[in-house]
Amino acid sequence: MANIISDETIEYVGILAKLELSDEEKEQAKKDMGSMLDYIDKLGELDTENVEPMSHVFPVHNVFREDVVTNADMRDDILKNAPEEKNGMFMVPRTFE
Amino acid sequence: MSAANGMAGSTAGREADGILNMTALELGAAIRNKEVTAQQAAEAVLSQIRSSEERYHCYVTVDEEGALMQARQIQEKIDRGELTHPLAGVPVAIKDNMCTEGLLTTCSSKILYNFVPTFSSEAVLNLQRAGAVILGKTNMDEFAMGSTTETSAFGVTRNPWNPEYVPGGSSGGSAAAVASRECFYALGSDTGGSIRQPASFCGVVGLKPTYGRVSRYGLVAYGSSLDQIGPLCKDVADCAAVMEVIASYDPKDSTSVKRQDNDFTTALVEDVKGMRIGIPGDYFGEGLDPEVKKAVLEAAGVLKERGAVVEEFDLSLVEYAIPAYYTIAAAEASSNLERFDGIKYGYRTQEYEGLHNMYKKSRSEGFGAEVKRRIMLGSFVLSSGYYDAYYLKALRVKALIRKAFDEAFAKYDVILGPVAPTTAPRLGESLSDPIKMYLGDIYTIAVNLAGLPGLSMPCGRDAKGLPIGLQLIGDCFEEKKLIRMAYTYEKARGPFSREEAR
Amino acid sequence: MAQTKQYETVIGLEVHVELATRTKIFCGCSTAFGGEPNTHTCPVCTGMPGSLPVLNKQVLKYAVAVGLATGCEITRNCKFDRKNYFYPDNPQNYQISQLYLPICRNGKVEIETEDGKKFIGIHEIHMEEDAGKLIHDEWDDCSLVDYNRSGVPLIEIVSEPDMRSSQEVIAYLEKLRMIIQYLGASDCKLQEGSMRADVNLSVREAGTERFGTRTEMKNLNSFKAISRAIAGEAERQIDLLESGEKVIQETRRWDDNKGESYAMRSKEDAQDYRYFPDPDLVPVVVDEAFLEEIRAQQPEFREEKMIRYKQEFELPDYDIDIITASKRMADLFEATVALGSHPKKVSNWLMGETLRLLKEKNMDPEDIRFSPENLSRLIALTDAKAVNNSVAKEVFEVMFERDVDPEAYVEEKGLKTVNDEGALRKTVEEIIAANPQSVADYRSGKQKAMGFLVGQTMKAMKGKADPGMVNQLLKELL
Repeated sequence: MANIISDETIEYVGILAKLELSDEEKEQAKKDMGSMLDYIDKLGELDTENVEPMSHVFPVHNVFREDVVTNADMRDDILKNAPEEKNGMFMVPRTFE
Repeated sequence: MSAANGMAGSTAGREADGILNMTALELGAAIRNKEVTAQQAAEAVLSQIRSSEERYHCYVTVDEEGALMQARQIQEKIDRGELTHPLAGVPVAIKDNMCTEGLLTTCSSKILYNFVPTFSSEAVLNLQRAGAVILGKTNMDEFAMGSTTETSAFGVTRNPWNPEYVPGGSSGGSAAAVASRECFYALGSDTGGSIRQPASFCGVVGLKPTYGRVSRYGLVAYGSSLDQIGPLCKDVADCAAVMEVIASYDPKDSTSVKRQDNDFTTALVEDVKGMRIGIPGDYFGEGLDPEVKKAVLEAAGVLKERGAVVEEFDLSLVEYAIPAYYTIAAAEASSNLERFDGIKYGYRTQEYEGLHNMYKKSRSEGFGAEVKRRIMLGSFVLSSGYYDAYYLKALRVKALIRKAFDEAFAKYDVILGPVAPTTAPRLGESLSDPIKMYLGDIYTIAVNLAGLPGLSMPCGRDAKGLPIGLQLIGDCFEEKKLIRMAYTYEKARGPFSREEAR
Repeated sequence: MAQTKQYETVIGLEVHVELATRTKIFCGCSTAFGGEPNTHTCPVCTGMPGSLPVLNKQVLKYAVAVGLATGCEITRNCKFDRKNYFYPDNPQNYQISQLYLPICRNGKVEIETEDGKKFIGIHEIHMEEDAGKLIHDEWDDCSLVDYNRSGVPLIEIVSEPDMRSSQEVIAYLEKLRMIIQYLGASDCKLQEGSMRADVNLSVREAGTERFGTRTEMKNLNSFKAISRAIAGEAERQIDLLESGEKVIQETRRWDDNKGESYAMRSKEDAQDYRYFPDPDLVPVVVDEAFLEEIRAQQPEFREEKMIRYKQEFELPDYDIDIITASKRMADLFEATVALGSHPKKVSNWLMGETLRLLKEKNMDPEDIRFSPENLSRLIALTDAKAVNNSVAKEVFEVMFERDVDPEAYVEEKGLKTVNDEGALRKTVEEIIAANPQSVADYRSGKQKAMGFLVGQTMKAMKGKADPGMVNQLLKELL
């Protein structure tokens, strides 16, 4: 395997992605990610020097909304699926130290 | 009394079987002609679900009560002459990654185990406006990540042709539901082959439309630049009719495209004379099952007999589509799935210490292994120091792939090839080696990268009796060419269904 | 600790401005302030699965207008990017912003301080969405999330590190605020958070070229807080360097009550935002026609107004300087003059009573409630001598408070100057009769006695008499 994924990398990506892996999952993730990256490295065979990255396949542009209020109060709908709510707001673990 | 009931029951049974064997358009016509009511159709299909769902598990949610109520209301509208659409009253199944107001929408993930949307996706609304009866939500690979429907958090779906085999994925529930007559047609979504491959494995017709043809509003995103909703049907005519309903310009989806050519049923023409078919030699090389190869080339031969011009050519870059795809799809998915955090909806872990622990535990417990694998990969390829080497590189390769297709479509109307290298694998065979599983997407993935339409339809069976799929790929917004060619081939091929095969 | 070296403070600002659109940047929810929590939300701005963003055109118009007014190059092909980070006020856990191709780049504005004039470079201006609000709940020891502000459009104006003192920072902010207010793109209120400034600050030894390590200071919601934070942070960094320690590049939060800052560090914040182009939004192509449309709509800015006011209204430079310093004042001035009032008289009301009351009540010109119509009516009442000056001021205060119609108010409260000579003459006669001593004093040449008699008359008239007329009558009758 050309791409060796370190424990630190898995730890770091876990922080970015907010995933907490068990030791077993971490070992698996190291292997999987390494082999996927080896596979992706195949793209390096292609010369893309003068190729513009293509994020949208079609040249569609300038899609706008007019600045007009279209939404009424839908708080009840918005809160319907909340695991915990209070006073019309979503309840989360405290964010201030 | 009891004897009469028995008689009625068996007659009803035969009638129900008759109904179940109809295509969506046939049923729609029977309802319009007052031969069948929408309630009868719904009852017939619900009874089929009750009897075969235990075996195949096509659905995450069956909305029996809702379906009967919709059927009654739609029949009233039909009776009043308010609904005249060819599909009015016909029951449909929706893949569980499309939001349906008031109906559980899980993406086959524990993290959305209890999520009830407060709005419906635009494609579903379009169906409802045409008088569709929504039966329920079909099983899928979790967040559409997979090719077998085995990554679902709610159990596997089995292939109606042989329950030991997978139905394909990620729209495996939709494909299996059509094949097992648990619905008359279904909606699926296709990010890298997720409509075409299960359609192929289950012997039904699936169409992945051009990117932008069908609104993505309400589709829970996996790879936003690749995702597209499309139909899975019993035949090509149904497919064209459903496309006519779901294709629409939607101002709520910035990537939706305004088109004047959504009259797909006009392409149901049995004529391919002079149409140019390109067969990419690189789709028929190493890794392709000889039985699949034979069936697909025979289908090409049939079209040639009908007057199409068939030519082999080199598409090139085929082996680069998968790594480019997995980079782009994983990157987009890692971002799209950040919103599942245990705050606004879905699963929240029971015990936690503080905010970040709550995030991590909810997500780690809520997502399955394949989803986590792709989120990790996607987060990595976007992270500081790797963005250019991986993500941007993949976007450049995507541009090259698009260019290769542009060159091909300068010469050909349609590209013809297999959908997948093999027929359906056995349950449990695929998940152990992800790269091997990803390789199964080799013929479908490039189509998504280039935003093109692709159609999958049965073209034979292998020695195990499993369906083989034929893929037709068109230039962007050339769905009608695909429909016309598929329709011509279908007429030549003759009926293809599990019932016919018996 | 005795400081051994001379240091220079280097400051750059990141200024967030909430745009004055009616709706949010990517959905049709209202941006109005003060709604009950989560009543201005929808699937898009709360990150519901399946929802998609669509750009509000007015946001682009405002951003381009601000860019043109600050001499920026407008990016002809710009895109939106996702900035990924987890926080509860950010419902998608990514913010839609612009990194790779922001809408405006390479601008500058001129500021003036005691040290003279100077240009401050603008690195870029980009469009993005605001976050929701977190409220701490002591009772349940948790935080509560309100997404009413989530998706409110912002522009972030990133300056070059061109400022060297808090005076320059304040001058730059005031300049930006004036430009944006003139455009009507935002009300730019620091206290209410519609304008927010993050301060990037580093120190270096005077005369050296290389920048020191910078910190970013957040939570600054007044000019005073900004000045104090700059002084405090510069001192903290100099102390560190003097004692041989290093400045750490970090984000710090200013506590204005304590007058100190603290680091906002957490091992859970990797500060790696994984920006990438948002696939849900299509590129924005700005063509010449669009630019021309925005250019044509640009208002008359302060510099042009100053020249015009001098020519058209013949106001003193001092008045022009103060009135044009605020778009609101200038608008009010022009509207009142357009109703027929004399320019200098309008200016006097704005410069005098209006400024006095704004200062007294700690308000901004944007908070002014009285209409040009009512100011014009009040001036007409004084012109007609229907009210005297002191009554007019009294009426103005009420008008400033509640925008009352001065005519109706004067009528209702019976404040009209009594110009009926007969009634006034009668009162004056009574005053003369009642104050023989003063009358005698006056007649013996004591001018002061006249003042007393005028005052007595005004008092008897409850202030409603025209003092000139009282004077004249007294002289006549004595």
